[in-house]
Amino acid sequence: MFVKKRASGVAWFFFLAAALYLLMPLVAMFWSSATTPKGFTLIAYSQIFETPGFSETFLFSLRSALLTILISVGLIVPTTYWVQLRIPRMRPVIEFLTIVPLVIPALLMTFGLIRFFNGTSLTNSANGTYIMLIGAYVIISFPYMYRSVDAGMQAINIRTLTEAAQSLGAGWGTIIGRVIFPNLLVAVLNGSFITFSICLGEFTIASLLSQPAFTPYMLDLSTRQADQATALGIISFILTWVSVLLIQVVSRGRTRVGIAGVR
Amino acid sequence: MASIAQADEAKPPGRFDLRRISFSLDWVGLLPFFAFISIFLLFPALSIAVRALSDGSGNITFENLAGLNNPTIVQAYRSSVQVSIITAISGAVLGGLLAWSITLGNLPLWVRNTVLSFSGVAANFAGVPLVFAFIALLGRVGLLNTIFRPIGWSIDPQTFLYGIWGLCLVYTYFQIPLMVLIMVPALEGLRREWREAAENLGATPAQYWRYVAFPILMPALLGATALLFANAFSTYATATALVGAVGQTFAVTILVANQFRTDTFGDPGLGYALAFSMMVVVGITIMIYTYSRRRASRWMPRG
Repeated sequence: MFVKKRASGVAWFFFLAAALYLLMPLVAMFWSSATTPKGFTLIAYSQIFETPGFSETFLFSLRSALLTILISVGLIVPTTYWVQLRIPRMRPVIEFLTIVPLVIPALLMTFGLIRFFNGTSLTNSANGTYIMLIGAYVIISFPYMYRSVDAGMQAINIRTLTEAAQSLGAGWGTIIGRVIFPNLLVAVLNGSFITFSICLGEFTIASLLSQPAFTPYMLDLSTRQADQATALGIISFILTWVSVLLIQVVSRGRTRVGIAGVR
Repeated sequence: MASIAQADEAKPPGRFDLRRISFSLDWVGLLPFFAFISIFLLFPALSIAVRALSDGSGNITFENLAGLNNPTIVQAYRSSVQVSIITAISGAVLGGLLAWSITLGNLPLWVRNTVLSFSGVAANFAGVPLVFAFIALLGRVGLLNTIFRPIGWSIDPQTFLYGIWGLCLVYTYFQIPLMVLIMVPALEGLRREWREAAENLGATPAQYWRYVAFPILMPALLGATALLFANAFSTYATATALVGAVGQTFAVTILVANQFRTDTFGDPGLGYALAFSMMVVVGITIMIYTYSRRRASRWMPRG
C-alpha cells in the first residue's frame, strides 16, 4: 500500500495529541488530590473513609445500583424472551421503547416524574421518592440492558432450547431460571456492569430528587474539602474503569462499551 | 402455553376461537414491562408535552410556548446551542481523526485496544469528577498555573474555565471518545477492495478519500455529529458542576433544573414549555441520527 509509512506518522501524531488531551486532566486531578500544604501525600485517600457522609452515600448508591440491576434484569430478560419466542413482531416496538430513555434526557424524565406524581404518595414520602429514584434508574438502564440481553438471546437458539426443555417436562420457572438464564449469563452480566457504573456515577436524577447519593455528595464535599472530593473523583474514575474492564473480561473483548448515561 | 398450543390443535375452531385466547395471553407477558415503562417514562414525558400545550383549565394554548421568548431563556438557548454545535464539531473532527488513526493508521494493536478501552471509560467519565479534573488542571491553583506561575504566565479560570469556552473544553472530553466508539465500526467497514479498486483505476489517496471513502462515511459522520449535538445539549451534571446553579444562562438544562426546583419564572406553564422545547430539540436530533444510521448501514452492515 502506497501511503502506509506516512500515514503511520500522522496516526502517531493524532494518537499522542489525543492522549495528551485525555490524560492531562486525570494527571492534574491525581496531583491535586495528593498535594497538600505539607507536601506530596496520599493522606486524602486514607481520610476519605472517616469523612462524614462518605460511607452512607456510597452504600446508598451501591444499594440503589444493585436494586436497579435486579429489577432491570427481572423485567428485561422475561420480556425479551417472551417477545422473541411468542410475539416477534413486537420486537421493534420493544426496541424502540427501550431507546426512548436515550432520547428523553434524565433531567426531563425526572421533571416529568415529579410533576406527574405531584401530590401522590410517591412524592409525599421518603419511600416514595426512593421508588421514583429506582424507577428512573431502571429506565435509564433499559437501553443497555435490553441491547445486551437481546443480542445474547439472538446468539442462542431460544426456541430450540425452550422446546427441548418442554419436551423433557420442564415448567416455565425451570425453563427461564435453569435453561435460558444460564445461557444468557454473559449478556446479563454485561448489562449489569454498565448499569452498575451508571448508577454509581449518576448525578442528575439523584440530585433533583434530593437523594443522598454518592455523586451529589461528591459535589457538595468539594465546596468544603476540595482535596478529598478530588480523591473521590479519582476513585470514581477507577470504579468506572473497573466496570469497563469487567465487561471486556466477561465478554472476552467482543463488546465495545458505549455508555452515555451520567452527563 | 404448551397446553394451550396442544388444545389449539385438538379442538376444531368453533365459536371459542382459542387462537384469540392464546394471542391475548401472549400480550399479558408484556404487561409488566409496559406498565413499568408507562409509569416511569411515557406518562411523565407525555404529561410534560400536554401541560406545555394547555392552560390551567385544560384548554389547548400556545401561550406557554410563546412565553419562551424571554431574554433569559433566549440567552440560555443561544449558549446551549453554541456549545453543542462547537463540541459536536470538535468532538466529531478530533474523535474522527483518532478513530481513523487507530483503525487505518497502522498503529500497533495495543494502541488500538488501549484507545478503545479508554474510550469506553472516558465516554462514561463525565459529570462531577470530570469537572474536578479540569479544575485541577486549569483552576486558580491548578496544575498549569502552578507550573507556569514561576515564569509569569497565568490562566484566569474566571474568564476561561467557568464560561462557554470552559464548557466546550470539558464537553469535548467526553465527545471525543463517544465519536471514537461510533466511528471505529464504520471505518472498519471500509473494505480493502474499494481502496484497491480505486488505486487500480489510478486514483490518488486524496481522490480515494474525496470520491470513495468520504461519501460512504458521510451518513455515519453526520449521524454521529447529530448524536454528539444531542449529547451536549442534554448535558446537565457537567454543566452545573462547572458553572453552578447561577450559570443558568449558560445551559438550558440548568435553567430547567432551576425552574423545577424553585419555579424561577413564577409560571409553571413556562417550565413545561421549556422542558417540552428541549424534548423537541433532542428528539429531532436523534431522528437525524437514526435516519443517518439507517443510510450508513446500507453500506456497512456492521456500522
